[in-house]
Amino acid sequence: MCAKKVIKKPAQGVGTTGHSWDGIEELNNPLPRWWVWVFCLTIIWSVGYVIAYPAWPLIKGATPGLLQSSTRADVQAEIDRFDAANAGIKASLVAADLTAIPADKTLMAYAEPAGASIFRNNCAQCHGSGAAGVQGKGYPNLLDNDWLWGGDMEAIYTTITHGVRNTSDPEARYSEMPKFGVDGLLEPTQINAVVEHVLAISGQEHDKALAAEGATLFADNCSVCHGEQGMGDRTQGAPNLTDAIWLYGGDRDMIKDTVNYARFGVMPAWAGRLSEDEIRAVAAYVHSRGGGE
Amino acid sequence: MAFLDKHKAIETHATLLMVLSLLVVAIGGIVQIVPLFYLENTIEKVEGVRPYTPLELAGQEVYLREGCYVCHSQMIRPMRDEVERYGHYSLAAESQYDHPFQWGSKRTGPDLARVGGKYSDAWHVDHLTDPQSVVPESVMPKYGFLSSVKLDGKYIGARMWASSMVGVPYTEEHIANAVVDFAAQVDPNADTVGLLERYGKVNVSNFDGQPDVTEMDALIAYLQVLGTMVDFSTFTPDASR
Repeated sequence: MCAKKVIKKPAQGVGTTGHSWDGIEELNNPLPRWWVWVFCLTIIWSVGYVIAYPAWPLIKGATPGLLQSSTRADVQAEIDRFDAANAGIKASLVAADLTAIPADKTLMAYAEPAGASIFRNNCAQCHGSGAAGVQGKGYPNLLDNDWLWGGDMEAIYTTITHGVRNTSDPEARYSEMPKFGVDGLLEPTQINAVVEHVLAISGQEHDKALAAEGATLFADNCSVCHGEQGMGDRTQGAPNLTDAIWLYGGDRDMIKDTVNYARFGVMPAWAGRLSEDEIRAVAAYVHSRGGGE
Repeated sequence: MAFLDKHKAIETHATLLMVLSLLVVAIGGIVQIVPLFYLENTIEKVEGVRPYTPLELAGQEVYLREGCYVCHSQMIRPMRDEVERYGHYSLAAESQYDHPFQWGSKRTGPDLARVGGKYSDAWHVDHLTDPQSVVPESVMPKYGFLSSVKLDGKYIGARMWASSMVGVPYTEEHIANAVVDFAAQVDPNADTVGLLERYGKVNVSNFDGQPDVTEMDALIAYLQVLGTMVDFSTFTPDASR
């Protein structure tokens, strides 16, 4: 059985819109009732909105609205609310003796997670999200015991506050290795000898004759910063050359590059960007990673 | 409702329809846009905001060309989480000399509105050359080729002139010295008196550590100035804005 073809008759009484295109006409059905109501409601809502919120532009400014709404005030209030909630612990963190923070369980309960979040936001890009640095690229590992500028709370705090070799903070930690090769302070053959000596003191394979020659050169040129034994000097950020930890790589070619071109690792100063309690929190976090002294 | 019955006349005359539509859209546009040009509380003057130096401007051009804005916004919204993460919320004045502005709304990477001074120049070189070498979890492409494209700033004066046509206060002096200033900013040994006099606080540095001026220098100069012009330790926000 075939269904009868249903032909809808024009609804009675609604007529057409009067549009006619190639004989096709459009019924003038009323809009759905729910739609009309929603439409009316949005109009009513807009009247209320205009009264409550900033809306009409006048000559000097827009109407402020009854609620006096302001995004800037809102965000400030929100920040103040959190600051107030943490005010106590932050104040005691700032008041505490730096060296006493790591042993203070109450302070650490706040400083460690707060510091971790500050670290991930600001420090991880260079020092790695796990604080292990980037080996051979000049971004120090903060997990080990090998510190360039010192690993106690005060040293870490100073490094974070003022940074290293930046131009923005006059109190930044500063030292500059001479470019022994580029600036012609040592002949290429002398550099080869010094490199052999550094390989020797760091317990790597080396040419004994050259290394012996390099030892004198090292004493004359390098020991002022790196120490007689090459153990480094934290007051100058000079790394220990006798261990297996290398900031810029410890093979023959990389050491040679370092002697030739020198290195100049920069860390920004964080004093302007982080508040006192934030610097202390992140210092405590770094200190607690395993290398803290 | 005799007027409404005339819609057939409008709908069957293309020109009339166009003119009337334009009229209606224009009313909406005027009501929304024109007040922004004269209302005092939408035009906030903020101390410290200056036009980009020629090198920074070239860096912005590189930023635009490489489509950095596709993944990075430059707009810290006034919400606590954003302020905590990126710093003070962005002010309209801070992008007043950006043509086009780089606010954006897509963040595959982090917001860059205040990236200036946050990392060292050397980090930017490492990171742009091979982002994964310093941030293993990053999905950013490599831009090492920027280091091999040399720039001489030959046309940057014309670019500045174009900016000055749309309201950036570059004077004739700025434009005349464009090439000199362009070169001076990458050379720590150069005479920067003129550059500093014309622009105020400027980072002078050999950004990429290479002797030539490259697109890498320009881009890093641009990144290092982002968000650093306003001193927020002395800035008091006006709540009515």
